[in-house]
Amino acid sequence: MKKVAMFIPCFVDQLNPEVGIDMARVLRRSGYSVDFPEAQTCCGQPAFNSGYWQEARPLAERFVKIFGASDADAIVCPSGSCTTMVRNFYPDLLAGSSHAADAAKLATRIFEFSEFLVKVAQVVDVGANFPHRVAYHDACHALRELRLKQEPRELLRHVRGLEFVEMPYCEECCGFGGTFATKFPMISSAMGETKAANAEASGAEYVTSTDPSCLMHIDGILRLRKSPVRTIHLASILAQTAPPAEAELASRAADAQGAAGKVAR
Amino acid sequence: MSTPAQEFLRNAAIKSADLAHRRTIRTGIDHYEAAVGRTGSRFNDWEAARQRIHEIKWEAINHLDRYLLEFETRLKARGGHVYWAETAEDARRYIADLAARSNVRTVVKSKSMVTEEIDLTHTLEEKGVTVFETDLGEMIVQLRKEPPYHLMTPAMHLTRAEIADLFREKLGGVESDDPQHLVSVARRALRKAFFSAEMGISGANFLVADSGMMALTTNEGNGRLGSSLPRIHVAVAGIEKVIPRMEDLAVIWPTLARSAVGQPIACYNTLIGGPRGPNETDGPEEFHLVLLDNGRSELLADPEQREVLHCIRCGACLNVCPVFRKIGGHSYGTVYGGPIGSVLMPHLGGLNKFQHLSYASSLCGACTDACPAKIDLHHHLLQNRRNAVRSADRPASERLAFTLWRWTMMGSERFAFFAGVARALLRAAYGLGLARTSLDPMRPWSRVHAATAIPAKSFRALWKEQRGAS
Repeated sequence: MKKVAMFIPCFVDQLNPEVGIDMARVLRRSGYSVDFPEAQTCCGQPAFNSGYWQEARPLAERFVKIFGASDADAIVCPSGSCTTMVRNFYPDLLAGSSHAADAAKLATRIFEFSEFLVKVAQVVDVGANFPHRVAYHDACHALRELRLKQEPRELLRHVRGLEFVEMPYCEECCGFGGTFATKFPMISSAMGETKAANAEASGAEYVTSTDPSCLMHIDGILRLRKSPVRTIHLASILAQTAPPAEAELASRAADAQGAAGKVAR
Repeated sequence: MSTPAQEFLRNAAIKSADLAHRRTIRTGIDHYEAAVGRTGSRFNDWEAARQRIHEIKWEAINHLDRYLLEFETRLKARGGHVYWAETAEDARRYIADLAARSNVRTVVKSKSMVTEEIDLTHTLEEKGVTVFETDLGEMIVQLRKEPPYHLMTPAMHLTRAEIADLFREKLGGVESDDPQHLVSVARRALRKAFFSAEMGISGANFLVADSGMMALTTNEGNGRLGSSLPRIHVAVAGIEKVIPRMEDLAVIWPTLARSAVGQPIACYNTLIGGPRGPNETDGPEEFHLVLLDNGRSELLADPEQREVLHCIRCGACLNVCPVFRKIGGHSYGTVYGGPIGSVLMPHLGGLNKFQHLSYASSLCGACTDACPAKIDLHHHLLQNRRNAVRSADRPASERLAFTLWRWTMMGSERFAFFAGVARALLRAAYGLGLARTSLDPMRPWSRVHAATAIPAKSFRALWKEQRGAS
């Protein structure tokens, strides 16, 4: 059986534990054994993004050692942003250090969750059931650093009962931006308001994304404006496998019969 | 007196909450994006065009010494004057002296950001010279006594009705807010200026080395009038404006027009090679080109950020920037706003003074994707931040916080323990109803967000339990 090691970002560990649990569930259902290297903490991105490269470097080295030692076939992370840190920024941060070669190797083994499912595991239907109208927010790092656009949408389109809608300006940043949200709360929340309004305009019940940090920000804004729209991480949608309603079972049976009939003819 | 950082914070906060401003900008940007989408499809391969611009500018910037001298030699051979200005002060003095020497009373200016950079208009006005901005957008902001809002579309923040009111008050003869009519009102006022001016001042979009000509792009023809009707034409250009060959314009012109305003090509692309020649019927008697350094050489000396000099000032990065869309062009408090300004200003105006702009970004990368010269803008913001931590003033509390943060994160048990304590305290505080009060420990966050639910258990705790159970 193939094995993956989960990289659970520090804030997911502390603030969105269900995202990690749900990701593990989906990965197992897709035929992987799942490991969580417990020595992991943070990839160093908050310090790196704030200019504190000296502070980020030892954490990057530590990360490279921990995951470099893992015998897993791949490392999977429920955040495009933290995946970006390891894949795209470690090479800059560790340039010239003795860890540079290991970091380069690690960069080829780490994947954002939806990217892993679609590109590596080559699964688009994970057997999920989520009978709701859902819009997808393109998280910036997933979109512009990892170039993931269709992967999460592909997964959502294969969820039973899910009605996928695009929201206007789906590629515009939600305004989270890590420490940006606390350094410039007025700008960040203004950007979040636009995102929230666009989510509402889409008619979606849920906004989903690859990145729990964007969702936490959007959620805080949505609830503040008493919006009916809720946020949910992609992994948590894909983890839902409530048995399909009877009507759907019947229609599926009819589909199957129809298909069988076609083959017979 | 407040610092530029404090002023930025204040102005940005006010503008971010200005819903009318937000709507005006959204409308403008929607038009822009639709136009860019339409013209974008005329390029067989947009990415190839970007790559070509990147290569042309790379070649020019990395051989600046050679191409600038080639340009100068050829321009001088046709009777143009070239002045190398090391600082803004040098450039201002040269132009003001020239104006005084030539008894210039009236100047017509076409749109130029570099003349804003050296604050030329105020200098000339102090010497008693009347300066007319002749680009419609620039004219509007000049009448409002405002700096340009945007480096390509200076009056983007104003509605048609606001412009009609302004013209009614300042120019008269306004009958409606129909754009055609407003343009004709402006044109009437400007024609007089064009015919009375002794000096025309322009920027230069490109300096073509192999022909010794400067290229000037406008959509209103004002640059062409201002550079040919008055007796003297002065062009000011940053040293990074040089390009190697005339043929490079074949890709640069359409790319600039698309990125700037979503046009296939701009209405007026003019090549100027010096003053009126012996057998020529029009053109100025004197032509002066001021080559401005003003900090650019230092940027050139930095191999990591040298490519910032590749900028062709199209303004695309501003248009796509979600921060710019909220805070607007004036909040930056700098000549160059938006992402390119945030990258550039620490180099032109000092890292300590302008480092805050590099932090005022969510690092979304939309600017980098939009840049026709493929400047890695958002990564340069990261480099500016690193440079700021290395050599500028950062709050002692921030430095301490990251030292403590690093220590905590260097051990997983340490991290689990301290994060667990923080979570327990926060849950207790929220249990007491302190969420979103002044006693909320997450105050900077919860001022603008509903309180975040804090889970009782971390992922690693849940994982251990699950493993124990299975």
